[in-house]
Amino acid sequence: MIDAILNYQFLQNAFASGLIIGVIAPLLGVFVVVRRLSLIADALSHVTLAGIAGSLYLSQSFGALALLNPLYLGIVASVTGSLFIERLRRLYKHYEELAIPIIMSAGLGISAIFISVSEGFSSDLISYLFGSVSAVSRQDLWIVVSIAIIVILFLSLFFKEFFVLSFDEEYAKASGLPAKWIHILFMIVTALVIAGSMRIVGILLVSSLMTLPVAAAMRIAKSFKQAIIYSVVFGELAVLVGLVSAFYLNIAPGGTIVVTSIIILLLTLLTKKIRIKGVQIQ
Amino acid sequence: MAKQLINLHNVFYQYEQTVALRDINLIIEEGDFLAIIGPNGSGKSTLLKIILGLIKPTKGEVFLFEKPVSQFKEKELIGYVSQKSNSFNTGFPATVAEVVRSGLVKKVGLFHRYPKNVRNQVKQALKSVGMEMFAEKNIGDLSGGQQQRVFIARALISDPKILILDEPTVGVDSKNVRSFYNMLAHLNREHNITIVLVTHDVDAVSISISHVACLNQTIHFHGFKNEMDSMSDKQLEAWYGHSVRKVDHHSEVQS
Repeated sequence: MIDAILNYQFLQNAFASGLIIGVIAPLLGVFVVVRRLSLIADALSHVTLAGIAGSLYLSQSFGALALLNPLYLGIVASVTGSLFIERLRRLYKHYEELAIPIIMSAGLGISAIFISVSEGFSSDLISYLFGSVSAVSRQDLWIVVSIAIIVILFLSLFFKEFFVLSFDEEYAKASGLPAKWIHILFMIVTALVIAGSMRIVGILLVSSLMTLPVAAAMRIAKSFKQAIIYSVVFGELAVLVGLVSAFYLNIAPGGTIVVTSIIILLLTLLTKKIRIKGVQIQ
Repeated sequence: MAKQLINLHNVFYQYEQTVALRDINLIIEEGDFLAIIGPNGSGKSTLLKIILGLIKPTKGEVFLFEKPVSQFKEKELIGYVSQKSNSFNTGFPATVAEVVRSGLVKKVGLFHRYPKNVRNQVKQALKSVGMEMFAEKNIGDLSGGQQQRVFIARALISDPKILILDEPTVGVDSKNVRSFYNMLAHLNREHNITIVLVTHDVDAVSISISHVACLNQTIHFHGFKNEMDSMSDKQLEAWYGHSVRKVDHHSEVQS
């Protein structure tokens, strides 16, 4: 495996992108989960699909755009979707969750139109839907690196504000924090991570890398710091095992990464159960 | 004369067509231990939000530390303890120490890290509410009363001059209500922290507070607690909207 990675650039791209995403997706995912925004990740991934499908259609229809990386339009769509979700959540104050099905169906609807009017990009699209080991280009890798730098910078600058906002929004506002702006920045960064992760995990499964490692970590973490550390470790493990098995079995990495995450989650549930039983016996 | 920490002058607030507050004139001085009491829907939470600067009054002026509220930037001088049941996610994976430390967020400021001695500050804040043994416990594992003490420690860590509490005994079992108020009285007397609490529980006034404000859209009474004790049941009823029976928590706990 190591030889293959050293010899083939496409594998270097896939593993480097995967390992970076394995850190940033669960890292941001901890905040997404504790703020009960897990479904927003799903809505944004569907909007990203609209951007990708739109870009594939444009590059097919206009020769000048043939070399346009679909990830760019995917990022634009995802960030725009995140801002729309925020706007809708404010408009429907008492039914905030309504923003998710609205944006999700808008994303899927637009995607369906682009997919219908275009011809012959189904294989490209499948790699975007479920991820791919072979389709990650060097340009994709640089996009992922740029997104990772933004996420790390953002989290190191606003970590304590995020914590307060996630734990107790009312207290955050009463403390004079610019809660609205921090939240909008958070949504934009989430949109970037989703767009960046999608090349490896795939649009349909991208939210799982933000939520499953966190769900497992929360079962065993005793503090917020531990929850973050465990989430990142589980995320990395899922990506590594998922990519290696996808390479050898020649299947989509999105599937193997998600199944690995589910196995990790089940193991943590089992560990906790055994621990509780042990305490009861004592 | 004691310093005026909060001054509301002719404050009026309207939600669409509904008048929530009218003609509110209220001065809270340094060292006061004030309970703002009133029935549900009397405008207590609205009044708190106005004091905290979360909403602007439709009419009138608000001064904090003798400055207009719009010019008051030292938010760390006001410690706020929100109503536990409304704002806190009990499944949140955080220790008591992490929660208390987060009270420094405004004082430390954007783009800065917590100071190096933050552990000691957390320890001191927890000690002042009798919770130093719980620093490494998960916040969700504590009882309602213990959680409220932790939230007070979170407010105290930034050395506030005023502590504002919204319905602080909601979720606290009746056995612990008295010790909870005793702890607030201790903070008021020994640490010279001005305390403002809002409650619908008229019984709260029978505990160690110094001042009472009776609110129901407007302030029906504001003065020393013992002056309120002399209010007749009819006067109380006129303010509260229905019959009110005063219960002494002290005798209740002892019996």
